[in-house]
Amino acid sequence: MDHQSTLERVVRGVLIALVLLFFMFPIVWILMMSFQTNEQILRIPPSLAFEPTLENYQALITGRLETQAGTLDIRFMSNLWNSLVLSVCSVALALVLGVPAAYAFARFRFRLGEDIAFTLLSFRFAPPLLVLLPLTLYFQELGLADTYIGLIWVYQLICLPLILWIVRGYFEDVSPDIEHAYRTAGHGWLTTFRRISIPLTAPGIAAAGLLAFIFAWNNFIFALVLASADKQPVTVGALAFVTASGIQYGQIAAAIVLSITPTLALALYAQRYLVEGLSLGAVKG
Amino acid sequence: MSAAALVLDRIDKVYNPEGARPVHAVRAMSLELAPGEIGALLGSSGCGKTSTLRMIAGFEAVTGGAIALTGRAIHAEPPARRNVAMAFEGYSLYPPLSVRDNIAFALKSRRLDPAEAARRIAEIAELLEIDDLLGRRPSSLSGGQQQRAGLARALVRDADLYLLDEPMGQLEPRLRAVLRGRLKHYIKTRGLTVILVTHDQTEANALADRIAVMEDGALQQFASPATLRDRPANRFVGAFIGEPPMNLLPAEARADGAGIGFVLPGGARLAYGPGEMASQVREAALACGAVIVGVRPHAIRLSGTGLPARVAANQWIGDQSHVAVSFADRAVVVVEHERVTARSGDAVGLSIDAGDLHVFDAGNGAAVSHGEVLA
Repeated sequence: MDHQSTLERVVRGVLIALVLLFFMFPIVWILMMSFQTNEQILRIPPSLAFEPTLENYQALITGRLETQAGTLDIRFMSNLWNSLVLSVCSVALALVLGVPAAYAFARFRFRLGEDIAFTLLSFRFAPPLLVLLPLTLYFQELGLADTYIGLIWVYQLICLPLILWIVRGYFEDVSPDIEHAYRTAGHGWLTTFRRISIPLTAPGIAAAGLLAFIFAWNNFIFALVLASADKQPVTVGALAFVTASGIQYGQIAAAIVLSITPTLALALYAQRYLVEGLSLGAVKG
Repeated sequence: MSAAALVLDRIDKVYNPEGARPVHAVRAMSLELAPGEIGALLGSSGCGKTSTLRMIAGFEAVTGGAIALTGRAIHAEPPARRNVAMAFEGYSLYPPLSVRDNIAFALKSRRLDPAEAARRIAEIAELLEIDDLLGRRPSSLSGGQQQRAGLARALVRDADLYLLDEPMGQLEPRLRAVLRGRLKHYIKTRGLTVILVTHDQTEANALADRIAVMEDGALQQFASPATLRDRPANRFVGAFIGEPPMNLLPAEARADGAGIGFVLPGGARLAYGPGEMASQVREAALACGAVIVGVRPHAIRLSGTGLPARVAANQWIGDQSHVAVSFADRAVVVVEHERVTARSGDAVGLSIDAGDLHVFDAGNGAAVSHGEVLA
């Protein structure tokens, strides 16, 4: 890879810079906005120079939003907590249910196996709004509307198919004879699953879990319909910034920064783990 | 003979039994292996030998029949309780562990003293020439090295039965020859009971006490290498065992006074006088009528006289000549230990002793006679 011409290197550098600019610009802009007041953001012409202020973050953390029309209570921090609870629990539940199921689909042929797997995948095709109306009625009947349990349950529509199908592929890539070798050495099925199958597919499980977490975190429509104010995640909670006295761009930007931080941190952490897992355990032959 | 170590009692395997196309992989296979005996399952790809092995190991359920190991029925037991060790064709080492840990893994459930475990690992590693690879991970090894690590992992254990699936398929010929001898010595000095699966006759002949020849899911013959060569039970075994394979010629057995004549395609005639062929063989062949005459390439002699044939090809392969001649509308292979000077197109004479003839029934393929004895 060393035999590139200078031109190639320059073109490559420029292209990478363009891609970076394209993807990073909105995030950098939002980060800058989060340190400005609404007046500074909306001035014409826009300027890169500004006096940073922590006002937005302060408002979010204390939960008191000062506008020209008066003081407004916002529940951003509790929304953030809701997001965390919902996403973590949903992914955890989906892993507990999905990983053994993925193993079963990968290893055993059983009656209607493929049909069940496809049905689970089809949850991802259905327009959520179509599902939501009947679901709301059922949930109200069952007393599940506006509860964490109800939401986590509905979030399985997002997480479970994702984990099932990704992890299934990883299990299929592991030779069953590796498990067989362990089983002949005097170990039961469950021990083999725990000690051999799971560790060998750990990078895949982590990738699927991360993806499911991001999808769950970013979900809007399920929570909008099924959760009231005290169970809302940040995606829905952000609507509160559209106030009677205008849109609070500064707070929105600060809220975005705070709400993408956990996902970003998780992604960075898991990425390191993924690379490590793949280089250690590349399953071969 | 003492009680059998392994008994396969009419085991059957049908894959996809309720599907559109069920596959009958193993048919009513019965076999007994004595303690300390090395048995080989030999056959071409898809003959059911690996399916048989996997049923013994417990990775495939038997569709019918029973398997007993040291007197206990094991066909319904999970693999963990069968106490068999297995070396896999695909090696199947645990990728995250070093070769040493892979081998040690097999010993862990035995709660062995660490010093004793280390000694056994060192011993088997030296035997298989992987002692300098013990610290490496499987992904950094070649196929042959991984295969030997897999073999070591199986052999280091204490098991009632060792299943070796193509244990040397990936090794280079020189190493294979060396390890074959060492492996056999290791197995025999410890009195291990072994089943190995192979499609390599040389390997089966060198390692096994008895060889089970399989074809199309059915056991054809289970016997020692010498018996398979001298007294094949049917024309399949006759043609399968030996390199180059036995020449098979369809023939009509006809009485010729007190002698016998085998009329071959194209009108050629193998004739034997009353003193040349044993009378019971003559009668059995005549009773059959339509037969298949088999003769090993080494048993045919080329001379100026004898049955007329024409040389089609002549190859000197270093220590023997393989001569293909057209005879009785067939290509017949003759092996001579001396260098043969005949060229393609030359006329030669073939002579075949009655004592070298294998006669098979043309109808069901079963052996009728081998040389002077009835099958």
